[in-house]
Amino acid sequence: MQPLWSQQAVPRAADIISTVEFNHSGDLLATGDKGGRVVIFQREQENKSRPHSRGEYNVYSTFQSHEPEFDYLKSLEIEEKINKIRWLPQQNAAHFLLSTNDKTIKLWKISERDKRAEGYNLKDEDGRLRDPFRITALRVPILKPMDLMVEASPRRIFANAHTYHINSISVNSDHETYLSADDLRINLWHLEITDRSFNIVDIKPANMEELTEVITAAEFHPHQCNVFVYSSSKGTIRLCDMRSSALCDRHSKFFEEPEDPSSRSFFSEIISSISDVKFSHSGRYMMTRDYLSVKVWDLNMESRPVETHQVHEYLRSKLCSLYENDCIFDKFECCWSGSDSAIMTGSYNNFFRMFDRNARRDVTLEASRENSKPRASLKPRKVCTGGKRKKDEISVDSLDFNKKILHTAWHPAENIIAVAATNNLYIFQDKVN
Amino acid sequence: MGTMFARGLKRKSPEDGEDMEGGLAGARATPSYSLQRQSLLDMSLVKLQLCHMLVEPNLCRSVLIANTVRQIQEEMSQDGTWRVVAPQAAGRAPLDRLVSTDILCRSAREQEGEHPAPDVGDGHMADLVPGLAVVPSAQALRSPQSSLWEVDSSRENRGGFQKSLDQIFETLENKTSGSVEELFADVDSSYYDLDAVLTGVVGSTPSAHASGLQAFASAAAPPPSSSCRSDLGELDHAVEILVET
Repeated sequence: MQPLWSQQAVPRAADIISTVEFNHSGDLLATGDKGGRVVIFQREQENKSRPHSRGEYNVYSTFQSHEPEFDYLKSLEIEEKINKIRWLPQQNAAHFLLSTNDKTIKLWKISERDKRAEGYNLKDEDGRLRDPFRITALRVPILKPMDLMVEASPRRIFANAHTYHINSISVNSDHETYLSADDLRINLWHLEITDRSFNIVDIKPANMEELTEVITAAEFHPHQCNVFVYSSSKGTIRLCDMRSSALCDRHSKFFEEPEDPSSRSFFSEIISSISDVKFSHSGRYMMTRDYLSVKVWDLNMESRPVETHQVHEYLRSKLCSLYENDCIFDKFECCWSGSDSAIMTGSYNNFFRMFDRNARRDVTLEASRENSKPRASLKPRKVCTGGKRKKDEISVDSLDFNKKILHTAWHPAENIIAVAATNNLYIFQDKVN
Repeated sequence: MGTMFARGLKRKSPEDGEDMEGGLAGARATPSYSLQRQSLLDMSLVKLQLCHMLVEPNLCRSVLIANTVRQIQEEMSQDGTWRVVAPQAAGRAPLDRLVSTDILCRSAREQEGEHPAPDVGDGHMADLVPGLAVVPSAQALRSPQSSLWEVDSSRENRGGFQKSLDQIFETLENKTSGSVEELFADVDSSYYDLDAVLTGVVGSTPSAHASGLQAFASAAAPPPSSSCRSDLGELDHAVEILVET
């Protein structure tokens, strides 16, 4: 049955959202923004007296993760924008996540405090030390409930390991290590160790003049802790096995789709550049996003993808304009549904696309306050590519290229999706029971 | 510009050459295609300049644009439309030669003092002999700390191998001879060294082949004047900071 999506209105973020990520249970949703802030939303528990609030996400914690910095050697600013957030699997009552800007990765602990101790012997209730001569009796402190406080504290700071801009972080399935990737290198870290990282991929040429390709994304395999992939600006994906050698410059598998000579243009390479790569939850497939399409690859077949989904093919004839206004360099992300049966990615004009792999159907939806009432179902959108424009269709020339949906996330188990549209966060839930 | 490229730029694959009749082969040769291609080249070069004025250039974007420029240059050399450029200095017989990066950036005085490179035929870029070592004048580099990509607006300063369009037009006003077309003809072929864009290194002549570039690098001629030596040293220092850190 095709899900009907209803919208929850979430308060405007102060800044442009730069990353969105559900945790492993889906109860928490983290967003990072251009100002270096992290805002975490928590799903409300089911409440019979307020049935409408079931499953709503409300702000749980807000903290400043990164601050702007200045690199004195290069005379350049280091942006505080959060590029990626990745949750660690939950092991105790506290939650842990990794957040990164261009240069520094931080491990944050988010914990709740809903009790406090009262009746200390050595201090007063307001914290002042008691005069020891006044203490005549001993008492045992009692735990009393207090208003819930959510605290975020930085537990580790992983710095000074990246010369170039970090584009990806990925937690390993061993829950002990993670990788961070920049334009030319990938480093392996142990979560407990901040003063050392191990370089596992280095594609920097000896002579920078020969540089023609950069790393665009990287991810660990969800189950095999020795396997990871990284994508490049030339549209290739390399799968590496850390068991085969310490420095994984030689790949185990090389995925590349042969170019279609009939559609070759000066923009072919740019639009083939992969902006995101994601393993399926099953670990059997991976998905890549390039400028115009999403491709699903079977890890056992390197020669070509098993599925190709067109996101906005109508932009192919506009590539030169999109090159001129730099939109052609926009990096769209993609994500899998919990069961891997559907994939989602963003587009322009606040449109995002969902592809049902089993039913071979796709839909275009819009994240916009004006066009949808909260809790009303989303209406599918259509872009008119030429000829007569039907009612409710939008022509390609009317698309707003400043309204781009680069970041989307899908709940790991349910049909709940989070869509970041500039500085607005939209959460859509499947109405169908 | 958008409508001009409404259908996107296409080029035929080299193998199809003789077999094609009219169609793509014709389209590739039309002035309109050349104009579009040239315009794309110019746009790309401007983009490469602009991105170096930002906080820190997005390396992926720079690499993609640089690769696009290389593609265009490659095609233009195959076409035979990659022309060599006459020097700007007045009173000198124009010689066919490929000039490296910033012929527009050099003052007339510097140009007069230089030795011309030997004649180079069209498209034989691999045979380039670097008769001209392009060296930014001292004014271009204020200090190692300052961004190499800063644009110096002083008229005297013709250094800095990246120029904004403003500077190009500024140069226009200084020209004693030649029409605007001629100047832009120079822009056609005296393109900004892509490698310089990525590394901040000047002084290498353009080449479509990496091997040619390497050959050049080892055979680099010394700068024509002693004042240029100190500039090179300062430049190296700045490059080190930008690239190697």
